[in-house]
Amino acid sequence: MKNESENNSSLSLEEIFEQRIANDEKIEPKDWMPEKYRKTHIRQISQHAHSEIVGMLPEGNWITRAPSLRRKVALLAKVQDEAGHGLYLYSACETLGVSREELYEQLHSGKAKYSSIFNYPTITWADMGAIGWLVDGAAIINQVPLCNTSYGPYARAMVRVCKEESFHQRQGFEIMLTLCKGTEVQKQMAQDALNRWWWPALMMLGPTDDVSVHTEQSMKWKLKRKTNDELRQQFIDQTVPQADILGLTIPDPDLKWNEKTGHYDFGEINWDEFWQVVKGHGPCNKERMDARVGAWERGTWVRDAAMAYAEKQQNRKENAAKAV
Amino acid sequence: MNKNWPLWEIFVRSKNGLEHRHFGSLHAADAEMALENARDVYTRRSEGVSIWVVESKYITASNPEHNGELFEPAQDKVYRHPTFYDLPDDVKHM
Ligand SMILES: [Fe+2]
Ligand SMILES: [Fe+2]
Ligand SMILES: [Fe+2]
Repeated sequence: MKNESENNSSLSLEEIFEQRIANDEKIEPKDWMPEKYRKTHIRQISQHAHSEIVGMLPEGNWITRAPSLRRKVALLAKVQDEAGHGLYLYSACETLGVSREELYEQLHSGKAKYSSIFNYPTITWADMGAIGWLVDGAAIINQVPLCNTSYGPYARAMVRVCKEESFHQRQGFEIMLTLCKGTEVQKQMAQDALNRWWWPALMMLGPTDDVSVHTEQSMKWKLKRKTNDELRQQFIDQTVPQADILGLTIPDPDLKWNEKTGHYDFGEINWDEFWQVVKGHGPCNKERMDARVGAWERGTWVRDAAMAYAEKQQNRKENAAKAV
Repeated sequence: MNKNWPLWEIFVRSKNGLEHRHFGSLHAADAEMALENARDVYTRRSEGVSIWVVESKYITASNPEHNGELFEPAQDKVYRHPTFYDLPDDVKHM
Protein backbone atom coordinates (compact mmCIF):
# COMPACT_ATOMS: atom_id res chain seq x y z
CA MET A 1 0.00 0.00 0.00
CA LYS A 2 2.76 2.38 0.97
CA ASN A 3 4.57 1.80 -2.29
CA GLU A 4 1.44 2.47 -4.22
CA SER A 5 0.95 5.90 -2.70
CA GLU A 6 4.60 6.72 -3.37
CA ASN A 7 4.14 5.80 -7.02
CA ASN A 8 1.07 7.99 -7.05
CA SER A 9 2.91 11.06 -5.83
CA SER A 10 3.38 12.36 -9.37
CA LEU A 11 -0.36 12.14 -10.05
CA SER A 12 -2.81 14.93 -9.28
CA LEU A 13 -5.55 14.42 -6.69
CA GLU A 14 -8.01 14.18 -9.53
CA GLU A 15 -6.01 11.53 -11.37
CA ILE A 16 -5.75 9.43 -8.21
CA PHE A 17 -9.48 9.86 -7.74
CA GLU A 18 -10.29 8.70 -11.28
CA GLN A 19 -7.92 5.77 -10.82
CA ARG A 20 -9.72 4.66 -7.68
CA ILE A 21 -13.03 4.60 -9.53
CA ALA A 22 -11.49 2.75 -12.46
CA ASN A 23 -10.27 0.14 -9.94
CA ASP A 24 -13.85 -0.26 -8.71
CA GLU A 25 -13.11 1.39 -5.37
CA LYS A 26 -16.06 3.20 -3.79
CA ILE A 27 -16.03 6.89 -2.94
CA GLU A 28 -17.37 7.66 0.52
CA PRO A 29 -18.80 10.99 1.81
CA LYS A 30 -15.71 12.37 3.54
CA ASP A 31 -13.29 11.39 0.75
CA TRP A 32 -11.82 14.09 -1.43
CA MET A 33 -13.76 14.45 -4.68
CA PRO A 34 -13.70 16.86 -7.61
CA GLU A 35 -16.35 19.57 -7.35
CA LYS A 36 -17.86 18.37 -10.61
CA TYR A 37 -18.31 14.88 -9.20
CA ARG A 38 -20.09 16.29 -6.17
CA LYS A 39 -22.35 18.55 -8.24
CA THR A 40 -23.22 15.89 -10.79
CA HIS A 41 -24.09 13.45 -8.04
CA ILE A 42 -26.21 15.96 -6.16
CA ARG A 43 -28.08 16.64 -9.37
CA GLN A 44 -28.62 13.02 -10.36
CA ILE A 45 -29.40 11.63 -6.89
CA SER A 46 -31.79 14.46 -6.04
CA GLN A 47 -33.52 14.18 -9.41
CA HIS A 48 -33.95 10.52 -8.70
CA ALA A 49 -35.31 11.24 -5.19
CA HIS A 50 -37.75 13.85 -6.55
CA SER A 51 -39.00 11.32 -9.11
CA GLU A 52 -39.77 8.79 -6.39
CA ILE A 53 -41.66 11.43 -4.38
CA VAL A 54 -43.64 12.93 -7.26
CA GLY A 55 -44.15 9.40 -8.59
CA MET A 56 -46.42 8.69 -5.64
CA LEU A 57 -49.01 11.17 -6.88
CA PRO A 58 -50.34 9.46 -10.04
CA GLU A 59 -50.80 6.19 -8.15
CA GLY A 60 -52.04 7.76 -4.94
CA ASN A 61 -54.93 8.89 -7.11
CA TRP A 62 -56.31 5.31 -7.18
CA ILE A 63 -55.72 4.04 -3.64
CA THR A 64 -59.21 4.89 -2.42
CA ARG A 65 -60.79 3.38 -5.53
CA ALA A 66 -58.83 0.14 -5.86
CA PRO A 67 -61.25 -2.60 -6.93
CA SER A 68 -60.56 -4.98 -4.03
CA LEU A 69 -58.91 -5.02 -0.64
CA ARG A 70 -56.08 -7.14 -2.08
CA ARG A 71 -55.36 -4.53 -4.75
CA LYS A 72 -55.68 -1.73 -2.23
CA VAL A 73 -53.12 -3.06 0.26
CA ALA A 74 -50.73 -3.83 -2.60
CA LEU A 75 -51.02 -0.36 -4.11
CA LEU A 76 -50.73 1.27 -0.72
CA ALA A 77 -47.58 -0.75 0.00
CA LYS A 78 -46.12 0.15 -3.37
CA VAL A 79 -46.74 3.86 -2.92
CA GLN A 80 -45.25 3.65 0.57
CA ASP A 81 -42.17 1.97 -0.93
CA GLU A 82 -41.78 4.88 -3.35
CA ALA A 83 -41.82 7.28 -0.39
CA GLY A 84 -39.11 5.09 1.17
CA HIS A 85 -37.06 5.21 -2.05
CA GLY A 86 -37.30 8.98 -2.05
CA LEU A 87 -36.09 9.08 1.54
CA TYR A 88 -33.15 6.67 1.00
CA LEU A 89 -32.06 8.82 -1.91
CA TYR A 90 -32.48 12.17 -0.17
CA SER A 91 -30.41 10.85 2.71
CA ALA A 92 -27.69 9.63 0.28
CA CYS A 93 -27.74 13.05 -1.38
CA GLU A 94 -27.38 14.89 1.92
CA THR A 95 -24.06 13.13 2.54
CA LEU A 96 -22.70 15.31 -0.28
CA GLY A 97 -23.21 18.42 1.82
CA VAL A 98 -26.58 19.66 0.61
CA SER A 99 -29.47 20.03 3.05
CA ARG A 100 -32.92 18.50 2.72
CA GLU A 101 -34.43 22.00 2.74
CA GLU A 102 -32.30 23.04 -0.23
CA LEU A 103 -33.33 19.93 -2.12
CA TYR A 104 -37.03 20.51 -1.44
CA GLU A 105 -36.66 24.14 -2.38
CA GLN A 106 -35.11 23.12 -5.73
CA LEU A 107 -38.03 20.78 -6.41
CA HIS A 108 -40.71 23.22 -5.30
CA SER A 109 -39.31 26.16 -7.24
CA GLY A 110 -39.14 24.08 -10.42
CA LYS A 111 -35.34 24.38 -10.56
CA ALA A 112 -34.88 20.63 -10.17
CA LYS A 113 -36.35 18.12 -12.59
CA TYR A 114 -38.09 14.83 -11.92
CA SER A 115 -38.94 12.02 -14.31
CA SER A 116 -41.31 13.42 -16.95
CA ILE A 117 -43.44 10.24 -16.99
CA PHE A 118 -45.18 11.35 -13.80
CA ASN A 119 -46.72 14.29 -15.63
CA TYR A 120 -49.19 11.99 -17.38
CA PRO A 121 -52.66 11.44 -15.89
CA THR A 122 -53.96 8.16 -14.45
CA ILE A 123 -57.51 8.06 -15.75
CA THR A 124 -58.50 4.40 -15.34
CA TRP A 125 -57.68 1.54 -12.97
CA ALA A 126 -55.75 -0.12 -15.80
CA ASP A 127 -53.22 2.71 -15.49
CA MET A 128 -52.15 1.18 -12.16
CA GLY A 129 -51.37 -1.99 -14.06
CA ALA A 130 -49.56 -0.23 -16.89
CA ILE A 131 -47.48 1.90 -14.52
CA GLY A 132 -46.31 -1.05 -12.45
CA TRP A 133 -45.56 -3.12 -15.52
CA LEU A 134 -43.99 -0.46 -17.78
CA VAL A 135 -42.86 2.46 -15.62
CA ASP A 136 -41.44 0.37 -12.79
CA GLY A 137 -40.13 -2.01 -15.45
CA ALA A 138 -38.21 0.79 -17.16
CA ALA A 139 -37.08 2.09 -13.76
CA ILE A 140 -35.62 -1.31 -12.90
CA ILE A 141 -33.64 -1.35 -16.14
CA ASN A 142 -32.29 2.10 -15.28
CA GLN A 143 -31.55 1.28 -11.66
CA VAL A 144 -30.01 -2.18 -11.57
CA PRO A 145 -26.68 -0.96 -13.03
CA LEU A 146 -26.60 1.81 -10.40
CA CYS A 147 -26.19 -0.76 -7.62
CA ASN A 148 -22.51 -0.76 -8.69
CA THR A 149 -22.09 2.98 -9.09
CA SER A 150 -18.99 4.62 -7.64
CA TYR A 151 -20.55 6.72 -4.87
CA GLY A 152 -21.03 4.42 -1.87
CA PRO A 153 -24.19 5.92 -0.32
CA TYR A 154 -25.93 6.05 -3.73
CA ALA A 155 -24.97 2.45 -4.53
CA ARG A 156 -26.23 1.23 -1.15
CA ALA A 157 -29.53 3.10 -1.55
CA MET A 158 -29.95 1.56 -5.00
CA VAL A 159 -29.42 -1.97 -3.70
CA ARG A 160 -32.30 -1.46 -1.29
CA VAL A 161 -34.47 0.18 -3.98
CA CYS A 162 -33.88 -2.59 -6.50
CA LYS A 163 -34.82 -5.29 -3.99
CA GLU A 164 -38.20 -3.60 -3.57
CA GLU A 165 -38.95 -2.77 -7.22
CA SER A 166 -39.59 -6.28 -8.37
CA PHE A 167 -42.83 -6.52 -6.40
CA HIS A 168 -43.95 -3.25 -7.99
CA GLN A 169 -43.60 -4.58 -11.48
CA ARG A 170 -45.17 -7.94 -10.69
CA GLN A 171 -48.24 -6.43 -9.02
CA GLY A 172 -48.67 -4.18 -12.08
CA PHE A 173 -48.40 -7.07 -14.51
CA GLU A 174 -50.89 -9.07 -12.44
CA ILE A 175 -53.40 -6.20 -12.70
CA MET A 176 -52.95 -6.21 -16.49
CA LEU A 177 -53.27 -9.99 -16.64
CA THR A 178 -56.50 -9.98 -14.64
CA LEU A 179 -58.01 -7.29 -16.87
CA CYS A 180 -56.93 -9.14 -20.01
CA LYS A 181 -58.60 -12.33 -18.80
CA GLY A 182 -61.76 -10.40 -17.90
CA THR A 183 -64.61 -9.01 -19.98
CA GLU A 184 -64.10 -7.42 -23.39
CA VAL A 185 -64.49 -3.99 -21.79
CA GLN A 186 -61.81 -4.78 -19.21
CA LYS A 187 -59.42 -5.96 -21.88
CA GLN A 188 -60.09 -2.78 -23.84
CA MET A 189 -59.23 -0.82 -20.74
CA ALA A 190 -55.87 -2.61 -20.48
CA GLN A 191 -55.14 -1.99 -24.17
CA ASP A 192 -56.01 1.68 -23.80
CA ALA A 193 -53.62 2.01 -20.85
CA LEU A 194 -50.83 0.34 -22.82
CA ASN A 195 -51.53 2.69 -25.73
CA ARG A 196 -51.10 5.72 -23.51
CA TRP A 197 -48.09 4.55 -21.45
CA TRP A 198 -45.97 2.78 -24.05
CA TRP A 199 -44.31 5.80 -25.64
CA PRO A 200 -43.79 7.79 -22.43
CA ALA A 201 -42.19 4.65 -20.94
CA LEU A 202 -39.72 4.52 -23.85
CA MET A 203 -38.94 8.21 -23.36
CA MET A 204 -38.30 7.56 -19.69
CA LEU A 205 -35.01 5.90 -20.61
CA GLY A 206 -33.74 9.29 -21.73
CA PRO A 207 -32.83 11.13 -24.95
CA THR A 208 -31.07 9.22 -27.72
CA ASP A 209 -27.30 8.80 -27.40
CA ASP A 210 -26.50 11.36 -30.10
CA VAL A 211 -28.11 14.19 -28.08
CA SER A 212 -27.51 12.93 -24.54
CA VAL A 213 -24.98 15.32 -22.98
CA HIS A 214 -23.87 13.55 -19.84
CA THR A 215 -23.14 10.06 -21.10
CA GLU A 216 -19.34 9.99 -21.40
CA GLN A 217 -18.51 11.46 -18.01
CA SER A 218 -21.30 9.45 -16.40
CA MET A 219 -19.89 6.24 -17.83
CA LYS A 220 -16.50 7.02 -16.29
CA TRP A 221 -18.03 7.59 -12.87
CA LYS A 222 -20.25 4.51 -13.24
CA LEU A 223 -23.36 6.64 -12.96
CA LYS A 224 -24.20 4.87 -16.18
CA ARG A 225 -23.09 1.45 -17.37
CA LYS A 226 -25.12 1.34 -20.59
CA THR A 227 -26.25 4.14 -22.90
CA ASN A 228 -29.88 5.31 -23.08
CA ASP A 229 -30.36 3.61 -26.44
CA GLU A 230 -29.00 0.31 -25.15
CA LEU A 231 -31.28 0.46 -22.12
CA ARG A 232 -34.27 1.30 -24.33
CA GLN A 233 -33.55 -1.62 -26.63
CA GLN A 234 -33.26 -3.93 -23.62
CA PHE A 235 -36.60 -2.67 -22.31
CA ILE A 236 -38.35 -3.22 -25.64
CA ASP A 237 -36.83 -6.65 -26.15
CA GLN A 238 -37.99 -7.88 -22.78
CA THR A 239 -41.40 -6.18 -22.79
CA VAL A 240 -42.74 -7.22 -26.18
CA PRO A 241 -43.00 -10.94 -25.25
CA GLN A 242 -44.77 -9.90 -22.03
CA ALA A 243 -47.36 -7.98 -24.07
CA ASP A 244 -47.84 -11.12 -26.17
CA ILE A 245 -48.64 -13.10 -23.03
CA LEU A 246 -51.26 -10.50 -22.14
CA GLY A 247 -52.63 -10.67 -25.68
CA LEU A 248 -52.21 -6.91 -26.07
CA THR A 249 -50.88 -4.99 -29.06
CA ILE A 250 -47.99 -2.57 -28.66
CA PRO A 251 -49.07 0.71 -30.28
CA ASP A 252 -46.20 0.83 -32.79
CA PRO A 253 -46.88 -0.25 -36.39
CA ASP A 254 -43.13 -0.34 -37.09
CA LEU A 255 -42.36 -2.75 -34.28
CA LYS A 256 -41.00 -6.03 -35.63
CA TRP A 257 -38.45 -8.68 -34.77
CA ASN A 258 -35.16 -8.31 -36.61
CA GLU A 259 -33.61 -11.70 -37.24
CA LYS A 260 -30.24 -10.17 -38.13
CA THR A 261 -29.71 -7.97 -35.08
CA GLY A 262 -31.52 -10.25 -32.65
CA HIS A 263 -33.52 -7.24 -31.44
CA TYR A 264 -36.87 -5.59 -32.12
CA ASP A 265 -36.89 -2.70 -34.56
CA PHE A 266 -39.20 0.06 -33.44
CA GLY A 267 -40.77 3.27 -34.71
CA GLU A 268 -39.85 6.91 -34.31
CA ILE A 269 -40.21 8.36 -30.79
CA ASN A 270 -41.92 11.75 -30.58
CA TRP A 271 -39.11 13.68 -28.90
CA ASP A 272 -40.96 16.97 -29.29
CA GLU A 273 -43.52 15.65 -26.86
CA PHE A 274 -40.76 14.57 -24.48
CA TRP A 275 -39.13 18.02 -24.42
CA GLN A 276 -42.50 19.72 -24.07
CA VAL A 277 -43.21 17.68 -20.94
CA VAL A 278 -39.68 18.22 -19.57
CA LYS A 279 -40.13 21.97 -20.04
CA GLY A 280 -43.30 21.90 -17.97
CA HIS A 281 -46.00 21.63 -20.61
CA GLY A 282 -47.11 18.04 -19.99
CA PRO A 283 -50.72 17.25 -19.16
CA CYS A 284 -50.18 17.27 -15.37
CA ASN A 285 -46.98 19.22 -14.58
CA LYS A 286 -48.88 21.99 -12.84
CA GLU A 287 -51.20 19.63 -10.99
CA ARG A 288 -48.24 17.59 -9.68
CA MET A 289 -46.33 20.60 -8.43
CA ASP A 290 -49.43 22.14 -6.88
CA ALA A 291 -50.11 18.89 -5.02
CA ARG A 292 -46.52 18.60 -3.84
CA VAL A 293 -46.02 22.22 -2.80
CA GLY A 294 -49.49 22.35 -1.29
CA ALA A 295 -48.82 19.30 0.87
CA TRP A 296 -45.54 20.81 2.04
CA GLU A 297 -47.11 24.14 2.91
CA ARG A 298 -50.16 22.67 4.61
CA GLY A 299 -47.79 20.52 6.66
CA THR A 300 -45.80 23.46 8.04
CA TRP A 301 -47.77 23.78 11.26
CA VAL A 302 -47.42 20.04 11.89
CA ARG A 303 -43.65 20.15 11.50
CA ASP A 304 -43.48 23.22 13.74
CA ALA A 305 -45.71 21.64 16.36
CA ALA A 306 -43.54 18.52 16.42
CA MET A 307 -40.44 20.63 16.99
CA ALA A 308 -42.15 22.65 19.73
CA TYR A 309 -43.25 19.44 21.43
CA ALA A 310 -39.73 17.95 21.18
CA GLU A 311 -38.25 21.09 22.76
CA LYS A 312 -40.81 21.07 25.55
CA GLN A 313 -40.06 17.44 26.36
CA GLN A 314 -36.33 18.17 26.31
CA ASN A 315 -36.73 21.12 28.69
CA ARG A 316 -38.85 19.03 31.04
CA LYS A 317 -36.22 16.34 31.15
CA GLU A 318 -33.48 18.87 31.89
CA ASN A 319 -35.51 20.57 34.61
CA ALA A 320 -36.33 17.23 36.22
CA ALA A 321 -32.63 16.36 36.21
CA LYS A 322 -31.78 19.71 37.84
CA ALA A 323 -34.46 19.18 40.53
CA VAL A 324 -32.87 15.92 41.69
CA MET B 1 -41.12 29.52 13.38
CA ASN B 2 -39.45 27.33 10.74
CA LYS B 3 -37.04 25.14 12.65
CA ASN B 4 -35.97 22.18 10.58
CA TRP B 5 -36.09 18.69 11.96
CA PRO B 6 -32.58 17.47 12.76
CA LEU B 7 -30.87 14.56 11.01
CA TRP B 8 -30.56 11.14 12.69
CA GLU B 9 -28.38 8.17 11.82
CA ILE B 10 -30.17 4.84 11.90
CA PHE B 11 -28.63 1.54 12.99
CA VAL B 12 -30.57 -1.72 12.66
CA ARG B 13 -29.96 -5.20 14.06
CA SER B 14 -31.28 -7.58 11.39
CA LYS B 15 -31.65 -10.48 13.79
CA ASN B 16 -30.45 -11.47 17.22
CA GLY B 17 -26.86 -12.62 17.05
CA LEU B 18 -25.89 -9.89 14.58
CA GLU B 19 -24.60 -6.41 15.36
CA HIS B 20 -26.45 -3.20 14.62
CA ARG B 21 -25.45 -1.93 11.20
CA HIS B 22 -25.72 1.58 9.75
CA PHE B 23 -28.76 1.69 7.42
CA GLY B 24 -28.98 5.36 6.51
CA SER B 25 -30.36 8.55 7.96
CA LEU B 26 -33.61 10.45 8.27
CA HIS B 27 -35.09 13.62 9.73
CA ALA B 28 -37.22 13.65 12.88
CA ALA B 29 -38.16 16.12 15.59
CA ASP B 30 -36.98 13.88 18.45
CA ALA B 31 -35.60 10.44 19.23
CA GLU B 32 -38.99 8.84 19.57
CA MET B 33 -40.10 10.07 16.18
CA ALA B 34 -36.77 9.01 14.70
CA LEU B 35 -37.44 5.47 15.94
CA GLU B 36 -40.95 5.45 14.48
CA ASN B 37 -39.80 6.86 11.16
CA ALA B 38 -36.90 4.41 11.04
CA ARG B 39 -39.38 1.57 11.51
CA ASP B 40 -41.35 2.81 8.46
CA VAL B 41 -38.42 3.78 6.27
CA TYR B 42 -35.92 0.99 6.89
CA THR B 43 -37.82 -2.06 8.17
CA ARG B 44 -40.95 -2.43 6.02
CA ARG B 45 -40.07 -6.04 5.22
CA SER B 46 -38.92 -7.37 8.59
CA GLU B 47 -35.34 -6.19 8.04
CA GLY B 48 -34.83 -5.62 11.75
CA VAL B 49 -35.48 -6.66 15.33
CA SER B 50 -33.87 -3.65 17.01
CA ILE B 51 -33.19 -0.03 16.05
CA TRP B 52 -30.74 2.54 17.39
CA VAL B 53 -31.06 6.20 16.48
CA VAL B 54 -28.32 8.77 17.08
CA GLU B 55 -28.57 12.41 16.20
CA SER B 56 -26.01 12.89 13.42
CA LYS B 57 -24.33 15.85 15.10
CA TYR B 58 -23.13 13.57 17.91
CA ILE B 59 -21.10 11.36 15.58
CA THR B 60 -17.42 12.17 15.28
CA ALA B 61 -15.87 10.68 12.16
CA SER B 62 -12.22 10.21 11.29
CA ASN B 63 -10.94 12.19 8.35
CA PRO B 64 -9.88 10.10 5.33
CA GLU B 65 -7.00 12.54 4.81
CA HIS B 66 -5.48 11.20 8.02
CA ASN B 67 -5.90 7.57 6.99
CA GLY B 68 -2.15 7.28 6.56
CA GLU B 69 -1.19 8.12 10.12
CA LEU B 70 -4.24 6.34 11.53
CA PHE B 71 -4.18 3.03 9.70
CA GLU B 72 -0.83 2.54 8.01
CA PRO B 73 1.13 1.75 11.22
CA ALA B 74 -0.85 -1.51 11.36
CA GLN B 75 0.54 -2.60 8.02
CA ASP B 76 4.11 -3.32 9.16
CA LYS B 77 3.03 -5.20 12.26
CA VAL B 78 2.81 -8.55 10.56
CA TYR B 79 3.71 -10.26 13.86
CA ARG B 80 0.11 -9.65 14.91
CA HIS B 81 -0.99 -12.33 12.48
CA PRO B 82 -0.71 -16.08 13.15
CA THR B 83 0.96 -16.75 9.78
CA PHE B 84 4.04 -14.77 10.96
CA TYR B 85 5.12 -17.69 13.16
CA ASP B 86 6.93 -20.64 11.60
CA LEU B 87 6.05 -23.99 13.11
CA PRO B 88 6.86 -27.50 11.90
CA ASP B 89 4.09 -29.16 9.87
CA ASP B 90 3.59 -31.95 12.38
CA VAL B 91 2.38 -29.56 15.06
CA LYS B 92 -1.40 -30.08 14.98
CA HIS B 93 -4.33 -28.09 16.37
CA MET B 94 -2.53 -24.77 16.34
FE1 LIG C 1 -39.13 3.45 -6.64
FE1 LIG D 1 -36.86 4.63 -8.76
FE1 LIG E 1 -41.39 1.34 -7.95
